[in-house]
Amino acid sequence: MSIEVRIPTILRQHTKGQKLVTGEGETLAELFDHLDAANTGLKARVVTEEGALHRFVNVYINDEDVRFIGGLEAKLSDGDSVTILPAVAGGM
Amino acid sequence: MVAHARADHPDEACGLIAGPEGTGAPQRHVPMTNAARSTTFYEFDAEEWKREYDRMWDNDEEVVVAYHSHTHTEAYPSRSDAGIASELGLPGAHYVLVTTKDPETAEVRSFRIADGVITEEPIEVTGAPEAVQSYKFAHTPDSTVYDCH
Repeated sequence: MSIEVRIPTILRQHTKGQKLVTGEGETLAELFDHLDAANTGLKARVVTEEGALHRFVNVYINDEDVRFIGGLEAKLSDGDSVTILPAVAGGM
Repeated sequence: MVAHARADHPDEACGLIAGPEGTGAPQRHVPMTNAARSTTFYEFDAEEWKREYDRMWDNDEEVVVAYHSHTHTEAYPSRSDAGIASELGLPGAHYVLVTTKDPETAEVRSFRIADGVITEEPIEVTGAPEAVQSYKFAHTPDSTVYDCH
């Protein structure tokens, strides 16, 4: 089980500057738990203390926005690619 | 950017200019869909943003400019613009604001946003000085320097 994760620039401080890391997990929640061991602080930037995705972060499994496929409970398969992106947003 | 902002008015428009990683050179303009379709809020459409990010990843590009418009207020980052950009934004990008509140004259200003701090930076218009509608401070024969102090 190996999942490739693309890390946006603003979170590379948690991955020693790497833009691509690998992790494992049956679900997205498990993946972030696993990633946090080697990439301290990464999970907290993506997942709230209540255990939901932060409002202004986009997470994709392959090309799917995970909000539409179960959020943190979305299932992962070997070879999946996960992308984390800032939601570029604002308002007056 | 101004044409896109005008076209989407009265909704806010948003988009990016991509360039080769590490060069800071804005080369490829990508107008994005404002998923919020709102006069007061913008958000890159998540699916489109992923497609463009994949393209940039494959081309070794990054976001050099992230822009959006304000349709009723100044071309200055709002509290939520700065808050969201600071929390999880594009630290290398110039955040450019365009205001379309005046139908005749668009104002374009550029900022760095990091850790809740907004820092304005000057814009230099080169190549098409005739596109500039008004001169704020100074201009040389082939460029216009917008001083921000």
